[in-house]
Amino acid sequence: MRRLQNGDEIAHLITLIFATSVVVITLLLVYELALNSQLSWHKFGWKFLITSAWDPVFDQFGAWPFIYGTLVTSAVAMLLAVPFGVAAAVFLSELAQPGISNALTFLIELLAAVPSVIYGLLGIFVIVPLMRRYIQPALKSTLGFLPLFQGAAYGVGYLTAGVVLTVMVLPFVITISREALLSVPREQREGSLALGATRWETTWKVVIPYARTGIFGSIFLALARALGETMAVTMVIGNDPKVHASLLAPGYSIAAVIANEFAEATGNLYLSALIELGLVLFLLTIVINALARILILVTTRKGTEH
Amino acid sequence: MTFRDYRRRVVNALMLGVTGVCTMMAVFVLLFILGYLVVSGGRYINWDFLTKLPNPVGESGGGMANAILGSGKILLVAGLSGIPVGLLGGIYLAEFGGGSFSFLVRYAADLLNGVPSIVMGIFAYAVVVLPMRHFSALAGGLALGVMLIPVILRSTEEFLRAVPRSLREGAFALGATKRRAIATVVIPAAIRGIATGVLLSMARVAGETAPLLFTSFSNRFWSSGWSEPTASLPVMIFTYAISPYDDWHRQAWAAGLVLLGLVLFANIGARLILSGKLPSLRKG
Repeated sequence: MRRLQNGDEIAHLITLIFATSVVVITLLLVYELALNSQLSWHKFGWKFLITSAWDPVFDQFGAWPFIYGTLVTSAVAMLLAVPFGVAAAVFLSELAQPGISNALTFLIELLAAVPSVIYGLLGIFVIVPLMRRYIQPALKSTLGFLPLFQGAAYGVGYLTAGVVLTVMVLPFVITISREALLSVPREQREGSLALGATRWETTWKVVIPYARTGIFGSIFLALARALGETMAVTMVIGNDPKVHASLLAPGYSIAAVIANEFAEATGNLYLSALIELGLVLFLLTIVINALARILILVTTRKGTEH
Repeated sequence: MTFRDYRRRVVNALMLGVTGVCTMMAVFVLLFILGYLVVSGGRYINWDFLTKLPNPVGESGGGMANAILGSGKILLVAGLSGIPVGLLGGIYLAEFGGGSFSFLVRYAADLLNGVPSIVMGIFAYAVVVLPMRHFSALAGGLALGVMLIPVILRSTEEFLRAVPRSLREGAFALGATKRRAIATVVIPAAIRGIATGVLLSMARVAGETAPLLFTSFSNRFWSSGWSEPTASLPVMIFTYAISPYDDWHRQAWAAGLVLLGLVLFANIGARLILSGKLPSLRKG
């Protein structure tokens, strides 16, 4: 390696310090979350995760209704966003002209730039009335025999939160799946078309299976976003700390309860329980993000080999 | 043509049609959001909204001047704390790094990037609000500043790496030290990309609400200095939207339009900076 000349050591050192600070901040974040949730951890242990009582007055804290709400709303969002997003990605990579595809992708990327509080605002004043008046009654009359679609139509609830999340994670599914589809080698398509397959058969049986790791990566990335999303969910989920089987019922999510109660939490145990919820959310998203990153890395490597 | 072939053709046309419809719907959602905000917010933006303090509860009128200024203050703190760390860390990764320590830094940055914004709020609360014993613009700014770091770090590294080696070697051949080559050749060659990364990340945190709820909190008056609870546009939109007052709802729409306008303006501006002529990057 080239010998560092005078002054270079200083430049190296300064940048090294800042790079190190990134690691330090990350460690400090984990440390602070762990430290400040000690009180709740010692009092409730693992039972914190599975009990459902959330009663600040009597210092009883169980996280299950929030974990449940987070999981259910994210599941609804993924069920809606994945087929929708992958279909749009197919259009953008397989059908649209490159110029049009880039322009549409730019618009869809802008959708990811819209602040979540604005999604919440539209959620409250547009989607909630729509759900209460039209969509929820329609679901009840057609699918009402399922426990998932029973109870009063409040407008707010798991389903509404899931729908808002769908729109919010859609850009991630579309843009990253599109990249994965675009990295599929041309020969794969041509081989399939030469054998007499239609455009759709080629896409469905050759291109999508080839790009599946990248598509799964986009799904996990979107899932991590959905799990951690706070404001839009807080504004439309209904804020009811109970577990309901029906998707139409109001619920609560981890991020939403932190957003609503943190500033007003009185008592150390209450605060500690909320911070432990934050720790749970942190660990959940870290695991999902790591999976997403591995999957996306695998596809991009595969793409460069060809 | 057999029935089977006919069916295959129909399925082909149908499914490809469905993919087109899905794309158009995604684009339509964006246009709907823009249109709806312009229509509902545009009516209520006026001089008072931009220059006056919020009126007491129950009295209509008033504005959000304190929140607009507060957002600016919080973003200033965020920029001053997050941008240098991201830039210099990125320079380290691209120019000096290598080996397992760089891997660790990248890993930490990826981890930070995945942290839900509300958890970043808890972090800033624990590190700044608890020791200071009150909410402040400083705490909110630092929460957003930490969110800036991973984005700027990775984009800076990426754009510096895209600068062709021949440029560096040219500088070395002329006798420049490494430090000089980085400062006068490599960084200027990558400056558009780096600026784009900074602008995009600032636009992203400008709309963040969750990390501010219990760090900078809110305020219905001007906040002097950096260590008082400070109003910000996103938090105002949230509190006004969930309030029971019609007048507050109207102001929430107006504030939403202002915020969305700023964020989209910054996003489109960043793309324009990047798409400008940049021969040094294209050569690589």
